Amino acid sequence: MTASSATAEAPPARTLAGGSVRALVQLAVVVAALAVAFVVLGPEQFINALTLGAIYALVAIGYTMVYGIIELINFAHGDVFMVGTFVSLSVLINLGFTGAVREPLLLVALLVGVFLFSMVVMGLVGVLIERAAYRPLRNAPRLAPLITAIGVSFILQNIVQLFYGPYQTNAPQVFPTAAVVQIGDVRIPILSFFIVAVAVGLMIGLQLFIGRTRLGRAMRSTALDRDAAALMGVNINRTIAITFFIGSALAGAAGVTYGLQYGVTRFDLGFQAGLKAFTAAVLGGIGNQVGAALGGFIIGFIEVGAAAFGYTRWGPAVVFGVLVIVLVFRPAGLLGQQVGERA
Amino acid sequence: MSVVQDLPAPGGRRGGAVRARIGELSSRHRSFSIIVGMALAAAILPVLAAVPPFSSFQTQNAWMDGFTNAGVFVLLALGLNLVVGVAGLLDLGYAAFFAIGAYAYAYAASPFGNQILGIDFKGLLGDSAGLVFWPMLVIGALIAAVFGILLGAPTLRLRGDYLAIVTLGFGEIVPIVFLNSDAVTNGTNGIGGVFRPYLPGLGSFSAVNPWPYYLTMMAVVTVVMIFCYRLAGSRIGRAWEAIREDELAAAANGINTVTTKLLAFALGASTAGIAGVINAAKLTVVSPDQFGFVVSFTVLAMVVLGGMGNFWGVAVGAFVIYTINNVLLKTLNQFFDAVAIPILKDIDFIGLQFLLYGIALVAMMLLRPEGLFPNSRRQRELHAEVIEPGADAMTLPEVTEEGGR
Repeated sequence: MTASSATAEAPPARTLAGGSVRALVQLAVVVAALAVAFVVLGPEQFINALTLGAIYALVAIGYTMVYGIIELINFAHGDVFMVGTFVSLSVLINLGFTGAVREPLLLVALLVGVFLFSMVVMGLVGVLIERAAYRPLRNAPRLAPLITAIGVSFILQNIVQLFYGPYQTNAPQVFPTAAVVQIGDVRIPILSFFIVAVAVGLMIGLQLFIGRTRLGRAMRSTALDRDAAALMGVNINRTIAITFFIGSALAGAAGVTYGLQYGVTRFDLGFQAGLKAFTAAVLGGIGNQVGAALGGFIIGFIEVGAAAFGYTRWGPAVVFGVLVIVLVFRPAGLLGQQVGERA
Repeated sequence: MSVVQDLPAPGGRRGGAVRARIGELSSRHRSFSIIVGMALAAAILPVLAAVPPFSSFQTQNAWMDGFTNAGVFVLLALGLNLVVGVAGLLDLGYAAFFAIGAYAYAYAASPFGNQILGIDFKGLLGDSAGLVFWPMLVIGALIAAVFGILLGAPTLRLRGDYLAIVTLGFGEIVPIVFLNSDAVTNGTNGIGGVFRPYLPGLGSFSAVNPWPYYLTMMAVVTVVMIFCYRLAGSRIGRAWEAIREDELAAAANGINTVTTKLLAFALGASTAGIAGVINAAKLTVVSPDQFGFVVSFTVLAMVVLGGMGNFWGVAVGAFVIYTINNVLLKTLNQFFDAVAIPILKDIDFIGLQFLLYGIALVAMMLLRPEGLFPNSRRQRELHAEVIEPGADAMTLPEVTEEGGR
């Protein structure tokens, strides 16, 4: 809790290129952990964990970006993800697709269209939420935006519930789930490869955007010191809006992949998913996108691991237990830096 | 209710001389005025329930039963107000302590629970086994406080918003634990056959006569309310407010922020524990689904709407919101079903309850962050930019009146 040195280093926006030795060590640790997980879980559960982890990672990045830039836990973010599942399923149903699409070209076009549409719509929803519920409170006591975030979460859940009811809704699995790659005795769905590839692709794109573009630099500088950034000519409101757009768009993408993978969704999906994704963000070091991605995959492995060993019902408890332990022993997260309380 | 007389007159507005006198007296004799206020409320509510228009909604007994249930939420709101409103710690898993209190009572006062504990109150006390209710009010509070300390000790060192998430996680874990530990908690079905309270001379409380529960509830709320007011006005209460406003500055002024926050957390938890004990004794069954995050968030909405920091405000807020939820929305459903107005008929007003909470939370934070019944000092802080420096000398003496008891 003691405030660290006044030169508080930037918690957010680390790029992939760090010190090369350290990066190598980290890479080795990750590879070793993956190998252990592979041996323990077996190939099929391993792929399941990767897929689930990719979805959590996409959602977690939104938490971490928003926290990095305005230090707000965006409680509504999990619900943005949930709305994303519903937006994508309603697009697909309105276009007349309810089952697997076997025509490769059509499938590609459809997936590109659905991803773009959901991401843009959810991005705009995120911007709208920021504009209406968070921006007016930017200088209010910290509790105030947290409480509006909870309010927004309620509103999103209940609007969806008004339209789709309190029961599970089927999402069209347009990606053929039966398509598998057979390696020896092991059958791995192509869908899993696709989801992990989409997630990793989006994450790399995000890293490049934050690290290499003018807007990305504006985001990093705003996160570091909002007032100084404003003095340097950064348009703070626009930068924060863009952060919300990107974070929510990634949650929208996660929503599409969730529908494709699991085929069902429900209005309260966002609560627990959001909590787990937030755990992932904290685990990785909040404000750090790479950390959030890493945390997402770790949470995916923990949850699938708990299920594989017959503790399905304890899954959420294990995840939150991890959250508490991380916060107590390493509040800065795996890749985060220790930052003191800002006065 | 005596809300008006207990609120210090807002700056600038003049009440009559009588009102000023009552205000002065009530702030000088805080505990006594709480007793008077609660006694008045306890006497007026049953009368109101028996006359139109209220008697047309439901019978007096049903109202009394509802008031008692509302009292559970009033207790929860009072406790959460200590944590969120006074000390500024956002606790999103408050229902966990409610659950712990309820299960604590269920273990002490049900055949299933007694079997697990290895005691047999039924055999020991016979029909008066419900006597354990009275000590359990205190023991339940203590157990919940212990859990509050266990959760708070590691996490209260963290910055505020992390606390929100950890408590949210804790609030999720506790029902999961109660749900999945079948052997000791009976899982989904929960623990049934919980003894109703027993009072010598009166016998066991019953489901058909709401009065004993109602009066017990009123007495407990009064005691808790007095505790809250005395605490908030004490050195500890001022330390809580200092931490809420600026933790670093509070620490610099010699306040041990961790133990002070821990105390707020433990006291808030113990209030929820008391509410849990009463709730279990009234429903005679405890099950994990009674303690979901819905409860935590409902109570939070009550505290925010009622006015964070003001105990009368949150008590009234909790009472009103509970009554609106459980009487008005239900009645609206029946009413529109009966008159068959096309669109309104199809709306499920009870289902809308959380949409309304959500809208209310956002709107309150944006438009009136001090709540419907604000704490006067808090209100001035939140609207600090409105007060011109030195513009209104009349506001100055009133700023101190609250602290000066």
